[in-house]
Amino acid sequence: MSATIAMAPDTRLRRVLRQLARQPGTLLAAAVVLAFVLVAVFAPLIAPFDPLRSNFLAVRRPPSDLHWLGTDEVGRDVLSRVIHGTRISLMAGVIPVLVAVGLSVPIGLIAGYRGGWVDAVLMRITDAMLAIPFLIVAIALAAFLGPDMINAMLAIGLASLPVFIRLARGAALAVRAEDYVEAARAVGASPMRIALRHMLPNMAPPLLVQASIMAATAIIAEASLSFLGLGQQPPAPSWGSMLNAAQRHMVAAPWMAIAPGLVIFVLVIALNVLGDGLRDALDVKRH
Amino acid sequence: MTRFLLFLGQRLALVVPTLLILSVLVFGLQHLLPGDPALAMAGEEMDPQAVDELRRKYGLDLPIPLQYWRWLTAALSGDLGMSLRNDVPVAELLMGKLGITLQLAVASMVIAVAIGVPLGVLAAARRGSWADRIGSFFALSGISVPHFWLGIMLVLAFSVHLNWFPASGYVPFREDPWRSIMGFVLPSIVLGTGIAGVLMRHTRSAMLQSLGADYVRTARAKGLREKRVVLRHALRNALMPVVTLGAIEFGQLLSGAVLTEQIFSIPGFGKLLVDGVLYRDYAVVQGLVLVSAVLFIATSLVADMLYFLLNPRLRA
Repeated sequence: MSATIAMAPDTRLRRVLRQLARQPGTLLAAAVVLAFVLVAVFAPLIAPFDPLRSNFLAVRRPPSDLHWLGTDEVGRDVLSRVIHGTRISLMAGVIPVLVAVGLSVPIGLIAGYRGGWVDAVLMRITDAMLAIPFLIVAIALAAFLGPDMINAMLAIGLASLPVFIRLARGAALAVRAEDYVEAARAVGASPMRIALRHMLPNMAPPLLVQASIMAATAIIAEASLSFLGLGQQPPAPSWGSMLNAAQRHMVAAPWMAIAPGLVIFVLVIALNVLGDGLRDALDVKRH
Repeated sequence: MTRFLLFLGQRLALVVPTLLILSVLVFGLQHLLPGDPALAMAGEEMDPQAVDELRRKYGLDLPIPLQYWRWLTAALSGDLGMSLRNDVPVAELLMGKLGITLQLAVASMVIAVAIGVPLGVLAAARRGSWADRIGSFFALSGISVPHFWLGIMLVLAFSVHLNWFPASGYVPFREDPWRSIMGFVLPSIVLGTGIAGVLMRHTRSAMLQSLGADYVRTARAKGLREKRVVLRHALRNALMPVVTLGAIEFGQLLSGAVLTEQIFSIPGFGKLLVDGVLYRDYAVVQGLVLVSAVLFIATSLVADMLYFLLNPRLRA
């Protein structure tokens, strides 16, 4: 039986990859996300200028051969800031999701596996958390924790927690009734072993899909918090804080606003397409 | 009727513990403040005596369970504390903003329904066609676009360059109806497009399900015109989940479109929240989170009721 279980993920992975290969839109989205990752990794090599260096002789210059996307209110190169901002945005897409998954999976597993009053109490707490709109939780938490990039990411992760708890619990409930879990229980496996070895790997598909969609939401949320001054603090570049500055110079320097927003849009759309593609390939129902 | 009351009773029984836990979470927000909440409220330049005074005034020297009890009983009687910045009761401040946020929410919902539902119907009726692809791309874009950026772009195009709509500001309807409506056009488009995307996707998938159902096949077999089959038979059933989803989205809108209100300087819930955060007016932030959540729970309850009333299988 262990051989069957060991074989299953491999064949499933191959089937999923085959499914993904048949979706050109998903492949294109994956390529776009990969391109953003490469830009983030090689930002210092790609960026034509230092993103923090001001040049008061070139304040709010429109796009030119020297500055492809123009300069900002203190003469910094917009393109270089957009390139370096990719790092923050990708981190904002990954860290809150890791926080949310890391906290929600054990809670969801406990709720789904134990059931009874433990499940009832945990679900009521989750319902209460779900009642507060996502961005309001993120803003309130970021405000109470203090304006700082780490706090903003923590706030976004905590704000997305209830959705992941619900999902992890639902997945745990579905998996709990499967034959292989019953079989593991029958041969005397401990609850911890059943949860970690048998249930957790099979709970992954819906969590993976939600993670890709949540990464997109988290990127917009980070940009929103930075736009409000609650995320990345100046002068470090982040797309949200660049838009905050751009709003004040909208009439005189519209180019300051176009590029940061456009890259958020492209990255988020790619992540959403990727999430949809993964959902289809993994055959996960919409939640 | 008895069935409906039973359903309502069951839902209300779930709402009460949720509200109670919510109150604990919102009360707990204050204790996330690094260090002493009184010090945070007072700011950096307050002397220790004034901080002690604040601590006594707000009951921060009491044990936490007692503080919570006092806060909860006050909140239940409509007292959400005082705004430090405006020196007025938070509840009064929120009531003053509710009408503005409500106007924006209604206008955005009108735009969302007017775009999202017809697009969803069209995409499903012509599955796989260009209309379907364009509609689906619009929905994806509506969901993915950062709305505050879309707001900036619309202001640039329609206010700065074309001068069609005001760039920001709020004019009460009673003062000047035309200017008031014009002021809401751009922010409603910004918020409406996002919800239109969500509604379009759900309408499309619900319509596809309906179009494949037996009663639609029967209607076609009877020789009814396709338009009538789609609009009278399929859409009627497909709209059920869409109506409830719309109610939930409306609940989200009521909590204030934080960034949109900020960009267009609309003095609703969202702007109040941002100002509360910027000026460290924590009672306002706390009150707003609580009221937003209660409003959301109320609209979710209405959504459930609507679903019950619209679904003949539940009513029977």
